Amino acid sequence: MAKAENTSATSGNKLLAWFDDRLPVSAFWNNVMTGYYAPKNFNFWYYMGSLALLVLVMQILSGIFLTMFYKPDAELAFASVEYIMRDVPWGWLIRYMHSTGASFFFIVVYLHMFRALLYGSHRKPRELVWIFGMLIYVALMAEAFMGYVLPWGQMSYWGAQVIINLFGAIPAIGEPLTEWIRGDFFISDATLNRFFALHVIALPLAILGLVLMHLVALRENGSNNPDGIEIKANKDENGIPKDGIPFHPYYTVKDIFGVGFFLMIFAFVIFFWPEAGGLFLEHDNFVPANPLVTPEHIKPVWYFTPYYAILKAVPDKLMGVILMGISVAILFFLPWLDRSPAKSIRYKGAWYKIMLGLFVIAFLRLGMLGMAEGTPAQTVEMRVWTFVYFAFFILLYFISPGAKTKPLPERVTH
Amino acid sequence: MNMKPFAVLISMVAMLAAASPLFAAGGGNLQQANVHIRDTAAAQRGAKLFVNYCMACHSASYMRYGRIAKDLELSEDAVLENLVFADAKIGDTMDIAMRPADAEKWLGKVPPDLSLIARSRGVDWLYTYMLTFYQDESGGWNNLVLPNASMPHVMWQLQGIQKPLYATDESGHEAVDRLVLHRPGLQTPEEYEGTVRDLVTFLQYLGEPAQLQRKNVGIWVLLFLAFFTMIAYLLKIEYWRDVH
Repeated sequence: MAKAENTSATSGNKLLAWFDDRLPVSAFWNNVMTGYYAPKNFNFWYYMGSLALLVLVMQILSGIFLTMFYKPDAELAFASVEYIMRDVPWGWLIRYMHSTGASFFFIVVYLHMFRALLYGSHRKPRELVWIFGMLIYVALMAEAFMGYVLPWGQMSYWGAQVIINLFGAIPAIGEPLTEWIRGDFFISDATLNRFFALHVIALPLAILGLVLMHLVALRENGSNNPDGIEIKANKDENGIPKDGIPFHPYYTVKDIFGVGFFLMIFAFVIFFWPEAGGLFLEHDNFVPANPLVTPEHIKPVWYFTPYYAILKAVPDKLMGVILMGISVAILFFLPWLDRSPAKSIRYKGAWYKIMLGLFVIAFLRLGMLGMAEGTPAQTVEMRVWTFVYFAFFILLYFISPGAKTKPLPERVTH
Repeated sequence: MNMKPFAVLISMVAMLAAASPLFAAGGGNLQQANVHIRDTAAAQRGAKLFVNYCMACHSASYMRYGRIAKDLELSEDAVLENLVFADAKIGDTMDIAMRPADAEKWLGKVPPDLSLIARSRGVDWLYTYMLTFYQDESGGWNNLVLPNASMPHVMWQLQGIQKPLYATDESGHEAVDRLVLHRPGLQTPEEYEGTVRDLVTFLQYLGEPAQLQRKNVGIWVLLFLAFFTMIAYLLKIEYWRDVH
């Protein structure tokens, strides 16, 4: 028995050696997994990165199977989705994985971004990690928007109508621009076809490339950690950070646990709550697109509603579009807006806790208001929270350099 | 493990949910349908009601007869005998003979396909809709949840005829306060509620035939994942023993 194992181990080594002579397999593995030292004090928030990667892979795989049955044709699209739901074996599972995956992608990405705000992960020297992350986020929004049009239900159609018309607010080039995007004078078969092309080829390729850059930039300086101090400042005689542990096996086994926990929640939604009460799959989208009937209440899917609320808070359409654009664009500048000597919320003091708390409440509350019917009282509330949203960035820039911080620790804490 | 960040997240979401009246909206004055999707007998009776009362005008074009046989524990012969009136085959979809152009000419509007009506309207809406038809002053049919509905009360012989009682609210608007049974039908009000519940049970099934299978599979998937996560957790504990 022992002899047999030895033989197989040797032949395995031989095979690996054969590859290593031709392709840097071991070197790559050593470089990115076993030889990469990550801080040992990661907490709950540090699961989100690996989970985002997991969801991306699931979206691509389920998407491949959906494209085998989906028909990007205004006459056939809606029926082809129902065909997947009813006649394709396990088609419902693939479709729910994809539709639930879209929402979970945003949940995980929002928590991932919030983690950066907590511990200053976007700060020097990781500005490019944040910029690439933001580009992924923007590409993901385009990807999700175009994907939502494909089932060709009423919300697909009218949501697209509202969003594309926003470009019409731009002076002079607005109208021709919307026609260029739609490929027609209204949302039509031409629009559906090009959105399909962008959704299944162009944007996924862009996202994959950006994810690669995000990871390469991350590995250049290594991960930040909940204390916001650099573990590379304290190295042992071998040049290994004292507070670092090899990514593999420590964080691979930890992330596998995270994956299991995440998949339980994910599977619960897929199998028992796929519509999520109309949040993940909207009721009106079970009605085929009809250009002649406008739904009573048009709203985007939940992950866009905070920005939609900012748009609606402004009475002037062009100004609303501009403010909405700024609300996303301003996030790109976060690494330079936060000028506090401490990166992590743990050493920043109460001012940051209050500001970040208000910012999160503003974002969530705007998200809820963006879904609502829009009574005058709600419009007033949207304006208040829009003000809070922007005040966070402006105050951060002015308060952070002078505000008192607690002394930073020499080594990471736990 | 440090649970503080997790606790902060949970408490923030809980705070918002408690503060928000937005999600409570939408129920309105709908009555609870209380349908049980696993009540196969009710779904079978509902299927029969559907083909008898609804399919004169409404199609269910995404649904195949054979699927009903399979899911609702009926033989294909029983389905062909009881549910198929035209010369449709067991693998055909539930289409109707009336062409859309004719429907528009005769009825003013093409009656919508009902395959997904339970998913777009919800079962409580459908239940209340079928219970609140009444005869208004013009002598025509009207409905409380869909005022001036173009659809007549197709099951009026079962329910009978309801007439409205009006009341004036504080702002002086006269509105329907409640409906009273003006002429009894073949069924008592309780029997009729049961009939509508059967029909709505079928409509819910019709909206997503996979839902029975979905929940059955889901239990096993969750059990597996719970086991997997537990093993993964123990593995993590074991590996992390030598950290710190």
